[in-house]
Amino acid sequence: MNFYGVKAIYNFEMSRMGRTLMQSVLSPVISTCLYFVVFGSAIGSRMGNIDNIEYGAYIIPGLVMLSLLMQSISNASFGIYMPKFSGTIYEVLSAPVSYVEVVLGYVGAAATKSVILGLIILATARLFVDYSVLHPFWMLSFLVLTAITFSLFGFIIGIWADGFEKLQIVPMMIVTPLTFLGGTFYSIDMLPDIWQTISLFNPVVYLISGFRWAFYGVSDVHVGISVGMTFVFLLACMAGIWWIFKTGYRLRS
Amino acid sequence: MQPDISVKNLNKVYEGGFQALKNINLEINRGEIFALLGPNGAGKTTMISIICGITNLSSGEVKAGGYDIIKEYRKARETIGLVPQELNTDSFETVWKAVSFSRGLFGKAPNPAHIEKVLRELSLWDKRNNRIMTLSGGMKRRLMIAKALSHEPRILFLDEPTAGVDVELRRDMWEMVRKLREDGVTIILTTHYIEEAEEMADRIGVIRQGEIILVEEKSQLMSKLGKKELRLQLQNKLDRIPGELTLEPVELSEDGYELIYTFDSQQEQAGVARLLRTLGDIGIDYRDLRTRESSLEEIFVGLVHD
Repeated sequence: MNFYGVKAIYNFEMSRMGRTLMQSVLSPVISTCLYFVVFGSAIGSRMGNIDNIEYGAYIIPGLVMLSLLMQSISNASFGIYMPKFSGTIYEVLSAPVSYVEVVLGYVGAAATKSVILGLIILATARLFVDYSVLHPFWMLSFLVLTAITFSLFGFIIGIWADGFEKLQIVPMMIVTPLTFLGGTFYSIDMLPDIWQTISLFNPVVYLISGFRWAFYGVSDVHVGISVGMTFVFLLACMAGIWWIFKTGYRLRS
Repeated sequence: MQPDISVKNLNKVYEGGFQALKNINLEINRGEIFALLGPNGAGKTTMISIICGITNLSSGEVKAGGYDIIKEYRKARETIGLVPQELNTDSFETVWKAVSFSRGLFGKAPNPAHIEKVLRELSLWDKRNNRIMTLSGGMKRRLMIAKALSHEPRILFLDEPTAGVDVELRRDMWEMVRKLREDGVTIILTTHYIEEAEEMADRIGVIRQGEIILVEEKSQLMSKLGKKELRLQLQNKLDRIPGELTLEPVELSEDGYELIYTFDSQQEQAGVARLLRTLGDIGIDYRDLRTRESSLEEIFVGLVHD
């Protein structure tokens, strides 16, 4: 195990976060605050409770999940795309590091940043809404697992992307809609039957539902299924990365 | 002694079907400076990229430092430092951090004293806290070398190290390469500047269209393939080469005031004496004469255009 190699990549990525504090931390925090102001305080006060939870508190897990998914993907995809773009990837490819170590470094750093950001958003939410966490262990587990899974997914996007546009397409065109339609702002029970069934094909539903269960003990789908699905995504992303390194896809010609 | 780099039957076919390397066999000895010469697109960078692990090989076997580059890639890569042709650097990092990063990436424990030594030798010490984007092109080139030396490699690849570099820096680099060789580092350099190979290399390999067409000690190459030239400046203009001289390969300059006689430097030099005697016999006077050995550049051009 090339411990120093993993550490070098990890530290490099973390210091990149330090340099881009405004973009990495401040902007997601501000946009989340706006959601709380609009949906939590302004509109939320006129909304009824969902599953006996005040609306402002109900949307917290979904909003945290939204930032977590977006930031995990963008952190990890940028992390690996930039060296490809600038050409500095040659150094990683020629170094005595295995692909597991490369992934540990890049994805580890991206997931760390996302978890930190998720916790910052949770703390910020506290300024607007009163909430409690029923299962803190599970809350943290979901946070960490989702951060890792979507950082892996972001890593795949970063390798696949051959331009800045592609880097933005997946988060903007796929993940944001899936998250908005995945029960961030409502319970899927509130939808007509047919849309409930369709929603079950949306992977983000399982993530938000499980995460909300950790907060309030209520969920759209059974928490066991949420945990199971999270692991399915995790394994799928790992398989994708394994394939990338095995074939050298867009890394080694 | 076991060679530091050993390449056996190496082939590389890119996805589109282009064969960049054809059955390359090459051994590079410990502690030597090996120059790989070849025109653009001959396969120099492809070969280096394969040895360093950046590009996959199609078939064949490559060992670096005695380790197979695929089965024992960790050990093989630990021995290698690579200075690529392009100036690929992170813009926002400082010099110190960038070089320390490289050392860590190659699995070495932090050693600030070594990094300091490398930076001082490359005149980068004063710039250690500067962001890379503020460095000049020449400084960036030095930084690339510092990164490659950060993990104390025993084999150093320099891919076109002096492309676009000013004369002073080029001299500095030659100096540095010699010093590294004294420390026992094996150096493989590719270059367009034949002068560079001529100045520094112990052995020279020439690659053309993916094939190694020649590997030779520099001195042997120079004497084997080198041509000598004798130029005679004449007192009086000649309109054509006199018939008596046609036995020898003699040419007349355009203005008619110079006779040029070319011969292999290995050949016994009776030809010169014979030529001069004949000139005396037929009464052609000359004011001056000079001889000149062909440079590696001419040898190279001769080889590549065969």
